[in-house]
Amino acid sequence: MGSTRHGINRRTLVKGGAAAIAAPALLGPGAARGQGPVIKIGHVSPRTGPLAGFGEADNFIIDQVRALLKKGIQIGGRDYQVQIVSKDSQSTGSRAAEVASELILSDKVDLLIAAGTPDTTNPVSDQAEVNEVPCVCTNCPWQPYFFGRKGDPKKGFTWTYLFFWGLEDVIAAFLALWDGAPTNKVVAGLFPNDADGNAWGDPKLGLPPALAAAGYKLIDPGRYQVMNNDFSAQIAAFKAANAEIVTGNMIPPDFATFWSQAAQQGFRPKIVTIGKALLFPSVINSLGARGNGLTTEVWWTPNHPFKSGLTGQSAGDLAEAYVKATKRPWSQPIGFQHALFEVAIDVLKRAKAPEPKAILDSIIATNYNSIVGHVQWTGRPVKNVTKTPLVAGQWQRKGDRFELVITANRPAPDIPVGGKLELLS
Amino acid sequence: MAALVPAIHALLVTTTWMPGIKPGMTTERTGCDVEWLNTILQGVLLGGLYAMFAAGLSLIFGVMRLVNIAHGDLIVLAAYVALVTVETLGINPLTSLVIVVPVMAALGYILQRVLLNRTLGDDLLPPLLVTFGLSVIIQNALLQFFTADSRKLNAGDIEIASIQIGGGLAVGVLPLLQFALAVAVIAGLQWLFYRTALGRAFRATSDDQPVAQLMGLNNAHVFALAMALSLAVVALAGVLLAVRANFDPSIGPARLIFGFEAVIIGGLGSLWGTLAGGVIIGVAQAIGAKLDPGWNLLAGHIAFLIVLALRPQGLFPKVQG
Repeated sequence: MGSTRHGINRRTLVKGGAAAIAAPALLGPGAARGQGPVIKIGHVSPRTGPLAGFGEADNFIIDQVRALLKKGIQIGGRDYQVQIVSKDSQSTGSRAAEVASELILSDKVDLLIAAGTPDTTNPVSDQAEVNEVPCVCTNCPWQPYFFGRKGDPKKGFTWTYLFFWGLEDVIAAFLALWDGAPTNKVVAGLFPNDADGNAWGDPKLGLPPALAAAGYKLIDPGRYQVMNNDFSAQIAAFKAANAEIVTGNMIPPDFATFWSQAAQQGFRPKIVTIGKALLFPSVINSLGARGNGLTTEVWWTPNHPFKSGLTGQSAGDLAEAYVKATKRPWSQPIGFQHALFEVAIDVLKRAKAPEPKAILDSIIATNYNSIVGHVQWTGRPVKNVTKTPLVAGQWQRKGDRFELVITANRPAPDIPVGGKLELLS
Repeated sequence: MAALVPAIHALLVTTTWMPGIKPGMTTERTGCDVEWLNTILQGVLLGGLYAMFAAGLSLIFGVMRLVNIAHGDLIVLAAYVALVTVETLGINPLTSLVIVVPVMAALGYILQRVLLNRTLGDDLLPPLLVTFGLSVIIQNALLQFFTADSRKLNAGDIEIASIQIGGGLAVGVLPLLQFALAVAVIAGLQWLFYRTALGRAFRATSDDQPVAQLMGLNNAHVFALAMALSLAVVALAGVLLAVRANFDPSIGPARLIFGFEAVIIGGLGSLWGTLAGGVIIGVAQAIGAKLDPGWNLLAGHIAFLIVLALRPQGLFPKVQG
């Protein structure tokens, strides 16, 4: 008999099945949560896929935080062990939603944190909002985060909060970068058909009205499909309009395709300022000599004048520890990955009880100095968002490697400038 | 995978469709406007890439009526074989072809002898299902070994080099090389099919299996040789893809759809038709992108549907029934 050979008969199968069906009812939200001595943080970030650069520092940061939390923390006068469950979103929204729901329903985490562009932060936040789990995110511009999730500025969200900057800060930083350079103020725009691209290219809330107000002319051929094979149509339009500045928000593979085609087609802009794709030294290195002189927004560098409230490290110390531990160059997300855990632990420490509502109250009451600046949700720009400072910089070859040098700090003068903008052609 | 369904359906339908409607080829716009000329030129070059994706597919279908759903994943597999070769030996991706092509060809021979020959018969469905399963297995195996990271092969300065051909027109060396290789591959296959003993064996088995066997041909061996040849072309396509753009384990099916469309537009079993099909899709995409970047992919699919509606047997059909 097949069933006895496997050691399962019909009766045990029925019993087991019934138990499995009944389990969610017994372990409903709240019942299992917070009763034991363990408090769980669920973490989602893109470790693999096209956005893997954003999750690159995760292992280093999480190891550091785990070492600090060995003794656990006190919540409402009781000692708790802190357990961090980290999952990979594989750079896609569907996978991010899947792992977030796993973290909520199977791992029963008390606090969700997520980072690394809207593809990860939005599905995770949506899951948190629906399941009433407190959630803090970073590393995603606030417009795609807020409006991309159909947020209403009058009402906001209940369970989900973000600290990062917004498009208005990118625009201010980019304008500060371009204003000093002698160009014809004709700007070529490359915006993909994804959450980021649509927000950046939005005719009301995105770059177009702001650039027009500042006296720049934007050439926007329209949204392209991500993982595009051919940018020759866009390049022809840019050449026809004699664009001297290229801007946009791209993923590294698309920028690589565009940038080699631009060279093949003889399109030579003076300034190329791209969000997202040009953040990482690994991407700049893969471009070889053609990576020199590209510009990008700068959210964090080892020269930022901030300190970690968790480890006491300065921005420079943290970057140095990372380089030493991993033998890889520092990258901007490191600061924010660290700050995300700083804020999470600060929130848990201040929570009156290990319950969702108490943790949420603690998030709302946050007033914390992190390694990326001050974090406090004051209702500006909207209820669930607070902003960190943003400047702009250029990749410049120093000896045998590229360094990200801050060349414009008009929006945040307390962050020091490191050099002057050099034109590409 | 859902996007593949219409293409597969079309493949199955066109095999039994008798020619009825006369050619109604769409005329391409070749205005004197330099910009349009450039658009079409870039589209033609892109078509070379698609033809390369499709050539192996066309070959296999022509010889043994096998619809290889795993073709796109085999292209990606070849890209990873090239990646490992380049990283271990530190050679240029184009040089790595010396290793990748034989490796993939050997894999093709074994695959056919051990697995696919068992599925061939009067029914088209079993090989279809088996290659579908193969596609899923390859994707997940690659994901396991190489993660979902987006990878790229760096071929150096050749990637950005271009040739000025006057009037503001420029042609990238790499796309041109791709196109030239696609033409060379197709010409080579054509020669092999109609000028060599092996080609005669391919055609004989294709026409009538039992009679070919009576004449002393080992069908299992002939089919395996055809698959080896197909995967040699796949290896070339894989390396070119890896140099041109980033790849990850899951992009195979998306690349395959254009190959299928090129085969069908060109007419089943016709190698030159496959090249023409690839070029038509490439040009349609380039024109679509010129009108609006969002129409890029859509325009290629529409061109495919138009050809299918006006001439279901394709432009230059070789295979009937």
